[in-house]
Amino acid sequence: MSNIPKELKYASTHEWVRNEGDGIYTVGITEHAQDLLGDMVFVELPEVGANVAAGDDVAVAESVKAASDIYAPIAGEIVAINDELEDAPETVNSDPYGDGWLFKIKADDVSEVDALLDAAGYQAVIDED
Amino acid sequence: MANRTPLYDAHLSAGAKMVDFHGWDMPLNYGSQIEEHHAVRTDCGMFDVSHMTVVDVAGPQATEFLRHLLANDIAKVSTPGKAQYSAMLNEQGGVIDDLIVYYFSRTDYRLVVNSATRDRDMEWLGQVASKFQVSITERPELGMIALQGPNAEERLASVLGAHNFAAIAGMKPFMSVQVGELFIATTGYTGERGYEITVPASGLTTLWQQLLDAGVAPCGLGARDTLRLEAGMNLYGQDMDESISPLQANMGWSVAFEPADRNFIGRQALEAQKANGHSVLVGLVMESKGVLRHGQRVLVNGGEGEITSGTFSPTLGYSIAMARVPAGSDTHAEVDIRGKMVKVNVVKPSFVRNGKSVL
Repeated sequence: MSNIPKELKYASTHEWVRNEGDGIYTVGITEHAQDLLGDMVFVELPEVGANVAAGDDVAVAESVKAASDIYAPIAGEIVAINDELEDAPETVNSDPYGDGWLFKIKADDVSEVDALLDAAGYQAVIDED
Repeated sequence: MANRTPLYDAHLSAGAKMVDFHGWDMPLNYGSQIEEHHAVRTDCGMFDVSHMTVVDVAGPQATEFLRHLLANDIAKVSTPGKAQYSAMLNEQGGVIDDLIVYYFSRTDYRLVVNSATRDRDMEWLGQVASKFQVSITERPELGMIALQGPNAEERLASVLGAHNFAAIAGMKPFMSVQVGELFIATTGYTGERGYEITVPASGLTTLWQQLLDAGVAPCGLGARDTLRLEAGMNLYGQDMDESISPLQANMGWSVAFEPADRNFIGRQALEAQKANGHSVLVGLVMESKGVLRHGQRVLVNGGEGEITSGTFSPTLGYSIAMARVPAGSDTHAEVDIRGKMVKVNVVKPSFVRNGKSVL
């Protein structure tokens, strides 16, 4: 069974969102998503300072198997990216909810986060696949 | 329900992620396909290839039959146990399958063909064989383990024991020998030294467990694909099929046009293609970020081609591919990667051998 931490919010496109306070949210991909993709070989991240809309494709995760778009779960400004992934993309596989985070976003509208899925909702999405 | 090899339960207990492979439940990986890839390049790994089809060919006209059936000429082989790679063509010169022939005597051979093409192969073999005094016997009771890597010899020696191993010690590549119930060949699909061991299903799980206990890493189809692509070996259905001739698939070396009077199926079509020109399979190397993928468009030599197989090369640390393009000798090409044109180098389609880059 895939690990889906209760304290996070989720998009149906397999991103997770963690509230860091001050309207800042960390985004990564779920354990289920990294498992589907297999060994990660490159992660292309957005530019810091970019303004993105919810649903924009802002990053690409390339695994041995496939290239997969990663979407912004909420609108806002990219305020940080995980540079460590440049040299160690496999961190997304080994620690998807921790050191394998992708970027941090400052939300334009924090109520968008409330509209995301909770753990049970995301579990239901996986079960449907 | 999908077919299962006798090792199905062993795969599950080793933590395999199983996928459907042309009607067979096969392991994709046992955790990390990149780690499995490195195990084969630097140490030793093993693959369950029991889904492959083993066919014995015997009879007074077995040699005439194979010399008509196959693009390579088995008459060139004269050492018992020797293996030969060959294409089996249709009349239009298209590849029905690529296979290995083992020569035992002029009336006794073994073929190992792809599982994905099994039905078509058996139908074609039966059809062509009807004109010869030859028997075609499929051997579904046999399973197969591919043991590959620089330490394969050492590991197999430890499992077989000195007495049995003596029969294969120092065996050259592309040879085979029967050792008790094991048929051991120095062949493979990785570009490393190693063995393909054919064994009755009853003995297969024991051998697998012994190799596991000897420290051999189980490897799945994921690693098998990156290894064969680095080695520049074709995958049937991806790099060639019935619409592609061996000349267009970097398999020209395996077509024996001499002697000129050998009438093999597809010969006329290949001779016409040789005279009129044809597309070729080349290698592509992209050292910048990103991964070349099957189906991507390639611009080269003022023409357009397509990537047949592409991947990230774990050994090299960047992406490699095979692509079918118009003939010519450009050293650069452009690949359309998700709408972006990216420059790549054009090389011979062989990237890694015996653990080292050959670029």
